[in-house]
Amino acid sequence: MTDTLFTLLASLLVAMALVSIFTARHLIRRLLALNILASAVFLLLVLTARSAGGIDPVPHALVLTGIVVAVSTTAVVLALYLRRYGREPPC
Amino acid sequence: MLAIDVLLALAALATAGQCLLLPGLFRAVANLMAFGLVMALIWVRLDAPDVALAEAAIGAGITGALLLTAVGQLPASQRRLHPEHYRVPRWFITMAIIVVLVGGLLWVAMLELLNTGLANAGLAKEVAAALPESGAEHAVTAILLNIRGVDTLLEIAVMLGAVAVIWSLQPAIPPPALGGNYPGLTTLARWLHPLFLLTFCYFLWQGTHAPGGAFPAGAVLGAGGVLLLLTGSIGWMYRYGYNYLLRWLLAAGLLLFLVTALAGLLMTGSLYGLPPTFAGYFIIAIEVAAALSIALMLMTFYLFGRPGR
Repeated sequence: MTDTLFTLLASLLVAMALVSIFTARHLIRRLLALNILASAVFLLLVLTARSAGGIDPVPHALVLTGIVVAVSTTAVVLALYLRRYGREPPC
Repeated sequence: MLAIDVLLALAALATAGQCLLLPGLFRAVANLMAFGLVMALIWVRLDAPDVALAEAAIGAGITGALLLTAVGQLPASQRRLHPEHYRVPRWFITMAIIVVLVGGLLWVAMLELLNTGLANAGLAKEVAAALPESGAEHAVTAILLNIRGVDTLLEIAVMLGAVAVIWSLQPAIPPPALGGNYPGLTTLARWLHPLFLLTFCYFLWQGTHAPGGAFPAGAVLGAGGVLLLLTGSIGWMYRYGYNYLLRWLLAAGLLLFLVTALAGLLMTGSLYGLPPTFAGYFIIAIEVAAALSIALMLMTFYLFGRPGR
């Protein structure tokens, strides 16, 4: 039951974040959507780890790596954004 | 327990929805941080304590601090997410239908996969068989630092690449001038820092036999360092004279990892193949180096540019 519920949650989050990534006007909001999409995909990965007779630790390690890569992506995108929009108003 | 699950799922949906739909950049970022905390609780419910620790420190803490600082640097014209008179867009219903369709399809596919496809899949048995030779008792630490150590090595390389990209873009943002508006904050940051250090050491020590390890430890130390940067307590990082030291410290984690991988190549003939007798010592050395370099890189992300000059 827990798995079914959280699978539904992850699927809805993936769909919401995907639609936001393609339709949002503000670039920072697309970045927020990307973060939510990453969390939802991590949730799906951990859920696949649970159903395999006992808990499979490999997806957990993958997700840990993924979280750190996601925060690196966020930092790079924010630095690019500040470089473009930090001082002057946008074109 | 079902009630807690439903509550957590609703809270995650609500915070994510508010983050993606409501006007106001600050509100969206605050909702993303709340979403990170809810996700950390969900990881606990799903028996993934390592992920929960890392998510609580990185997803809710450092990502939020990065976003808030960047938003604070933007001119006022960029802070608004929508024009003045915000109204629900016309294609809202279309978007809702697309969300339900895509989400439903993915849900059905995942349920199918969970119920039929994964009965005998997974690597739990293989990991359990390799665990005694890996040098760590906790499976996730053993995978991160020995069995799939190459992944972690490349991940540190990705972080170093991110630091290089950020440094090449612009000079660093100076620490915010608090100017006596928050007299307690500097003292609080200094008093709290021993606690951050204690948590860091505890996670490192615990990592070999229980949930914890390099990633949560590095994230906690990085979060404490960001707090110190915010209050302007780490002056040396901005100075030009310390630039080379900072570069070497940033590269140290990756270099030690590479040395370990090459030592494995010399001793066992395969890249990153650690001999079982010494694996425990290697793991402790890599764990400390990886945690310190993760913490330092998370702190340099917060500068948003090249320090010095």
